[in-house]
Formats: sequence, C-alpha cells, structure tokens
Amino acid sequence: MQIEYISAFDVVIGVLWRFWPVWVALILVMGASFSYKKRLGLYGQLFDSGVGIAGVFICLFWLFTAIFASTISPFDPLAQVSVMKDTLPGAIEPTSKLIYYFGGDKLARDVFSRMVYGSQIVLIIAPAATGFALMVGITLGLPAGYYGGKIDTLLSFLANLVLAFPVILLFYLLVTPGIMDTPIPYAMAGLFFLFPIIFFSVLFWTRYKNRPDRLYILLGITLVVGGWVYAGLVFDKDPLKIVHIDPNQLNIFVAVVFASSPGVFRIVRGLTMDIKTRDYVAAAQTRGESPWYIMLWEILPNARGPLIVDACLRIGYTTILLGTLGYFGLGLAPESPDWGTAIKDASRLLRSFIHPALPPTIALMSFVLGLNLLADSLREQSMKD
Amino acid sequence: MFSFIARRIGTILLTMLCLTLVVFFLVNLEPNLKKLAISQTEMHTPADQLESWLVNHGYRQNFFLRYGQWLGVLPKHPITDPATGKTTQRFSFCNDPTEPTFSGVLQGDFGCSTKFKTTVAAKLFPALGATGLLMFWVLAVMVPISLLIGILAGMREGSRTDRVLSVASIASTATPEYVSGVIFTVIFASWLGWLNGSAASASQGITFYNFTLPVITLAIYGIGYIARMTRASMVEVMTQQYIRTARLKGLSFGSVVIKHALRNALIAPFTVIMLQFPWLLTGVVIVEVMFRYQGFGYTLVEAAGNNDIDLLLGCSLVSVFIVLITQLISDVGYAFLNPRIRVQ
Repeated sequence: MQIEYISAFDVVIGVLWRFWPVWVALILVMGASFSYKKRLGLYGQLFDSGVGIAGVFICLFWLFTAIFASTISPFDPLAQVSVMKDTLPGAIEPTSKLIYYFGGDKLARDVFSRMVYGSQIVLIIAPAATGFALMVGITLGLPAGYYGGKIDTLLSFLANLVLAFPVILLFYLLVTPGIMDTPIPYAMAGLFFLFPIIFFSVLFWTRYKNRPDRLYILLGITLVVGGWVYAGLVFDKDPLKIVHIDPNQLNIFVAVVFASSPGVFRIVRGLTMDIKTRDYVAAAQTRGESPWYIMLWEILPNARGPLIVDACLRIGYTTILLGTLGYFGLGLAPESPDWGTAIKDASRLLRSFIHPALPPTIALMSFVLGLNLLADSLREQSMKD
Repeated sequence: MFSFIARRIGTILLTMLCLTLVVFFLVNLEPNLKKLAISQTEMHTPADQLESWLVNHGYRQNFFLRYGQWLGVLPKHPITDPATGKTTQRFSFCNDPTEPTFSGVLQGDFGCSTKFKTTVAAKLFPALGATGLLMFWVLAVMVPISLLIGILAGMREGSRTDRVLSVASIASTATPEYVSGVIFTVIFASWLGWLNGSAASASQGITFYNFTLPVITLAIYGIGYIARMTRASMVEVMTQQYIRTARLKGLSFGSVVIKHALRNALIAPFTVIMLQFPWLLTGVVIVEVMFRYQGFGYTLVEAAGNNDIDLLLGCSLVSVFIVLITQLISDVGYAFLNPRIRVQ
C-alpha cells in the first residue's frame, strides 16, 4: 500500500499546532511572570536576563508537554500500525488520516508521540529522585558539617565510597532484573524514604517545641502523609490505592537517589562548615538553641542559594542518568517511550534510518540545556545580592 | 606531606577493600549465580544439575571464605570428586591449579573470566591498553580546547565573546555522550560520509577515519565543564591587585594575560581535569558500546551483562583505583602548584 506524505513545511506547522495547549499555558504563565516579576523574588529576577528567560521557557515547555501529553500526541506511544514501519517524517496514517509527524520507528510506532510521552517519565522521576536525594543529603550533611569529628569521618567515608563507584557499574549492579527477587531494593527504598519523614518531623519539632497546638497538627500531618506515601511506595500497600509505583521504577528511583545523594551530602557539609562560623550561629548558640534548631533554622536557610542552583543542575544530571539507564536497557521496560530507550533503539539503526534518533536526542539535550541555563542564571542572580 | 600521602593511600586501600566486598556481595546474589550457572551449562539443564555445577565450582562455599580466596588470603581449592578423591581444575581454560594454592589478587592472579574463557588478566589488560589510547586522544583534544575557551571567555568578563562561549559551554555540558554520539554520527557519517560510524576496525590500527567520532564524542561533554571552571578561575584572577598593577605599569593586555594571569588561573583547572576521570570512565563505557570499540568499557558491559564474577571484580578494582588515584594526584598536585597551600 502506498503511504502518502505531507511536505516538510506542513510537518513544521503541524507539529507547532499539536503543541497548542503548551503555547497557551506558556503565554499565560510567562505573561503573568513578566507583569508581576518585581514581586516574585528570585524567580522574578530570572526574567531580567536572556539566559534566564530561555531557561524558564525551555523548562516550562517540557513541563507543560508532560502535563498535556495525551492531548498533544496524536497516537498511543505503544501502538504499532504495521504499514507505518520505518516511514519517513510526515507520513499519513491510512485509516485515521492522522500524521506521523516525525515518521515511524522500526516497530511502526509514532516517533512524535513517543517523544511527547517520554517527557512524562523524565519529568516525574528526575525531580522526585532529586528531591529525595536532597532530603538524604541535607539530613546527613548538616550534622556531619556541624558536629565534625567521628560522625563526619564516618559519613564522609561512606559518601566517598559511593562516589568512587563509576556510576555505570553501580547501575549494572543495582538495576539488574535479578535484584528484584532480593529484598535489597526494598530495603534501600525503606531507608531512603524514611529521610523526608525524619527531616520534616525534626524541622517542626525544633521550631514549635514550646507551642504544642501548632506542633501536634504539623507532626500529625507529616506522619500521616509521610506514612501513607511510605506504605504506598515501599510496601505497595497503600490502603487507598492511589500511591503506587512499579517495582521496576522503584528500583531505578532508588538507584538514582543512591547515586546522587552523596554529591548533595558533600555540598551541604561544605556549606555547613562555612556557615557555622558566622556570627548569627554564635548568637543562636549563646541563646541556648538546640543544635538541630541551629542546623535547620539558622544554617539551612542561609545555604539555600547554592542548594537551589545545585538542585537545578542535579535534575539535569539525573535526566542524563535516566537516559544512560535507558541507553543500556537497564530497569525500564523495553517498549517504554522514555528518551534513553528511544535513543538506544534508534542508534543501532543509524545506518539505515536517522529520523527516529533525532527527536529523543534533541528533546533530552534541550531539557538538560534549559535546566543548566536556569541554574546559571540563578547563580548569577544570587551572586548579585 | 609524606604522612599525608601515606594516610591517603591507607584510605584508598580500605575503600578498595570495602568496595570489592560490596561488589562481591552483589554479584553473588542468588539470581545472579543462577544466571551464571545457566549461561555456563548446556541449554535446558535441570535445576539439580545447575545446583551441582555451582557446588562443584565452589560457588556454594561460605561467602567470606570465597572473598578471602579471591583476595588471596585463603587457598583456592580444585574440584574434588567425592567418590575417587581425584582432583580436576575448576576452569580448564584458565590453567587453574589442581592442588589448593594461594592464588588471589594479592598474588597477582585476578581469576578466571567465565564469559571469555580466559584469564581475567589476559582479557582486562589489553582492553585497558585500548582504552588508554582512546583516553590519550580525548585528553589531547579536550584539554587544550577547553582551556582556550575558558581563558578567552574569562579574559574580559561580560564581553560578547564571554557570553557566546559561556552559552556554548553550557550547551556542551547538557549533551551527554549518547546524545552527541548520535548527532555526530548522523552529521559526519550518515550525511557527509566523512567519518566511520563504527570504531570496530580501530583495534587493528587507528586512523582519522575510524577514531575521530569516538574521540570528539567523549571530549565534548568534558570540554564545557572544564572551560567553565577555567573561566571562573580566570575571572577571579583578572580582578586581582597584581593584574591591575601590571596593567598600570604599562604592559599590554596580551602580555598581562599570558605572563601574569595564565599561570595563576590554570591551578584550579588542573584539579578539575583530574577529577574529570570518573566521569570519563562512564563516558568510555557509553562510547565504546556505541562505536563498538573493544576496550575497558566494552569489557565491563560484557562482564556485567553475563555476571562474569571475576572479570567484573577486576573491572571494578581497576575503575575504583583510577578514581581514587586521580583524586590523590589532584590533591597533591594542587598543594604542589599553589605555594599558598604549600607553606601551610
């Protein structure tokens, strides 16, 4: 059967048109941010430089793409329409008359839809894993930097131990299918997911120790929400069946958190050692505040600048790590539409077809670039103050 | 200084011991041993024969006993037939001893690769040589380019050159190897046809045609990072008093940059380049798999994919050693290059 094609110009227009919910959302958000940028603090200052605007634009673009993925993509990312196998960009699917904008891959799936859906996987796992890594790194880095001594030696040794592992070897050992039969990923998940609960409990406890009315409410919320998510993620026993994660994804998630939390630990430890010599820390010590109050309410807020910059860079780095996992076929399902897996599939066939390889590579590159630009401009803004 | 280095080497040895123990634990998990037994026996072997293969080849001995054997502090035993008492080699393709002997890493025996049917040393060291060659060319490309970009950008902070080069280096740090590899292959191999998209023939002899793509792919990710660090260091140096003094003395801008600023600005990038090695190791794995170059990374992936225990342990030992030794060199080198630290 003869496949009909639309022209290259129509492909460009068609792709831009498919993204219409993203453009609408972008115009609304960027417009609002522009008009109120004076009142938006650090976020508003981003709009003062071209680099910052570009960073915010690219990151928001992928965020909205992930949110509206089902509206944007014309096809199911896993659906195979056998006549469309290896078709070039702009091919018209005969039954529905919809268009394979970026062509079909070797399994006759729509490359465009797969790229759009791939953003969902990246934008869920990368920020969440970075968040958990931040929690682990902060909770361990603060006491290591503040107390020093034996705690510091031990924790630093452990962090260096993990950092000495080449990432790829770590992933080959931790994200193999066999390891799912052992309790290791669940034990590690159980350990890592405990940190946010500990962090927030201590945070509220140190602040509102003398105000039981506030304390009990906040602690209650932390424990109930934390315990609920914990039960759902680690034991997959969420009573309401809302929080659920695939064993595969849990494994990836845990491995990524494990690989990136020592980096956060090192940064937090360094910042803490620097900040604890400041006068306001000495003042708090003289007032008789408890060490954890000083760490969480005096040191941490003053370390936020570098930490925000690092978090941006780290989300980008985690995206690269996820791509690496996909590229080596570790963890994610082979038909998963994430960018790394798509790059792996397409790069083996580069000699015959190049069009399935380009959309996921450019998507991944642009998203990481957006995050890096954002981080760079944040760093510049925080240096100005 | 000497006691500092001695203490660091002690830490390195301890770290290597801990890490190999962790790797040893992970490769000896039950599912991994099953996988090994299945790949080493005939197709459709019944479960009890798989088990007896594992017992015969010593994989069912105590965990610490086997770690000790691998390390070389406990003797390795050959397979003994319980009925006749006759001993046979564990792996005939590695010339394993027929009597209990101390033969571990400490004695220089890295064990036996079950995947490649040879000793680990025979497989690992040629692969390391191949990767060393790749690394040499990567560094030869990466270091001069990144230093040049960093110096040009940091020379006049905020200028148009600075802006352009900074955005270019941010873009290069946002491009992991598997992305730049695909893009370069598409441009230079598929469209222009100038270069070869596979480096498989590079094992026989490297040429510009088959080796350029892996080298630039690997270099591009590091260039941006080193260039940014060089730029930051250069910017800081250019604001120093002695630069202003030199300018006020009437020296030209060019000679101030080359004679006064460069030497001070290049101390920090040295550390960064050294600490770049762990990243390069991951990059090497991706690039070697992508371009089918038979080096260390390729060996590591084969070993991990087939749960080749001894080879994987050898690979992790080598990579951890490289990571830690470059850290040591960067610390010592930094103290050596920077007189302000040396005095303290």
